[in-house]
Amino acid sequence: MKENTIKVTITDREGKTHKLDAPTDMNMNVMELVRAYELAPEGTIGICGGMAMCASCQCYVETPELELPEMSMEEEDMLDQAFYVKENSRLGCQIYLKDELDGLKVELAPESEISE
Amino acid sequence: MIKTDILIIGAGPVGLFTVFEAGLLKLRCHLIDALPIPGGQLAEIYPKKPIYDIPGYPSVLAGELITNLEEQIAPFQPTYTLGERAETIKKLDDGSFVVTTNKGTEHHAPVVAIAGGLGSFEPRKPPIKEIVDYEDKGVEYIIREPNFYKDKKIIIAGGGDSALDWSIFLTSIAKEVTLVHRRTEFRGALDSVEKVKELVKKGKINLLTESEVVEIHGQDKVESVTIKHTQEGNKTLEVDHFIPLFGLSPKLGPIANWGLEIEKNAIVVDNATDYSTNIPGIFAIGDVNTYPGKLKLILCGFHEATIMVQSAYKIINPDAKKLVMKYTTVSGITGFDGVKKEQQKAVTTKI
Ligand SMILES: Cc1cc2nc3c(=O)[nH]c(=O)nc-3n(C[C@H](O)[C@H](O)[C@H](O)COP(=O)(O)OP(=O)(O)OC[C@H]3O[C@@H](n4cnc5c(N)ncnc54)[C@H](O)[C@@H]3O)c2cc1C
Ligand code: FES
Repeated sequence: MKENTIKVTITDREGKTHKLDAPTDMNMNVMELVRAYELAPEGTIGICGGMAMCASCQCYVETPELELPEMSMEEEDMLDQAFYVKENSRLGCQIYLKDELDGLKVELAPESEISE
Repeated sequence: MIKTDILIIGAGPVGLFTVFEAGLLKLRCHLIDALPIPGGQLAEIYPKKPIYDIPGYPSVLAGELITNLEEQIAPFQPTYTLGERAETIKKLDDGSFVVTTNKGTEHHAPVVAIAGGLGSFEPRKPPIKEIVDYEDKGVEYIIREPNFYKDKKIIIAGGGDSALDWSIFLTSIAKEVTLVHRRTEFRGALDSVEKVKELVKKGKINLLTESEVVEIHGQDKVESVTIKHTQEGNKTLEVDHFIPLFGLSPKLGPIANWGLEIEKNAIVVDNATDYSTNIPGIFAIGDVNTYPGKLKLILCGFHEATIMVQSAYKIINPDAKKLVMKYTTVSGITGFDGVKKEQQKAVTTKI
């Protein structure tokens, strides 16, 4: 692990896996990391800017051994409104990148469909 | 056909402010928005959140900023087509445009300013495989005409304000109202939650919590749906309408097919001059455009609108004399009603 970076593995919506260097000194969250590496098209992730208000950043956490921050009421409420929710669903925008999360693995949840 | 000088697609903050800057140059504006109210992301996503980076406002609520913008542009009497999505554009021989909405409303203007943000806000669909087959055959994502549900059996799904409010409202019209929600708690206003509880007690709303609609059945239209309960398993309910209310999400939509140069879901513009697109007469401002170094901020959209209307003026008035930019503090502003707002003249008294 380089100083101030951790390794994060993200599986995108096409099923492709990306091993990423993620900075821990920029107060960045998983949603922002996905946007920074352009792993999902603009307008499909982070629509509410990371305020736990859109669920476009929903992801499945595949490393139960890592201790994530507890879910806030807002996050719980939002996941409750979202589709494709699983036991290990979290909002990427609520997971801030910290040293303790070195080795974090997440898969992006499918994009919700929009009516024509 | 609605006629105007600048046709603005998108009534978000940037579209609204364009009316002001255009008004200063005596250009009239008409705005189209898919949402039923002006305000764009600020009205739809975060009306109650404070914004801290609007110059001169240490803090302003998003909803308040929109109200203020509406007040600021009122002298320029903008007109609106709300609740309709701009669908097609046609260039006429004289270089002007006709923009038609999904409901067939036609608009004619020499200049089109796309201020479409992240796109038009469209309802989110629950992931039920067969749902598309039943759209407009008993599945509706938006309630347009409540009387449509008179004496019908309806199921509303969702746990937010609109699911609660419509469930309450439709009890007085529909034959049977069932509200299906995944959890036992609701995100809506406390007042609405209490009202729903009361109506459940009175037997007017059939409330199914920890439940989800998972299947839709019927020959040519919705006849029944299967609901999955986390503990009790599946049950099937007879219904006439299934109304999933899971909020709205933006989608660039039809504008993507207008022949404009698009990059990463945004319209490429010339930021060195005037935010013009590859089609002369069409400009793109605010979150909807892209150029090197683009920042999606309200402030930046306001700047782009201000620059853009100068070029719009030249297209609309090709023979006019050169425009000279004036400060509003010096010139005041004269609305289309002829009322002039300006600073009070100092009173001087001779001794
Ligand atoms: C949670 C959150 C917080 C934010 N905080 C800030 C902040 O603090 N400061 C800041 O500067 N910015 C902030 N932003 C960004 C800011 O909201 C956007 O930059 C701004 O809304 C862009 O304005 P706009 O008018 O370009 O687009 P929008 O606000 O997106 O409005 C576009 C409108 O166009 C309509 N539209 C699109 N296509 C069509 C069509 N084909 N037909 C009809 N209508 C159409 C849409 O329905 C929408 O109403 C925030 C954004 C979010 C989500
Ligand atoms: S970005 Fe909207 S909920 Fe995370």
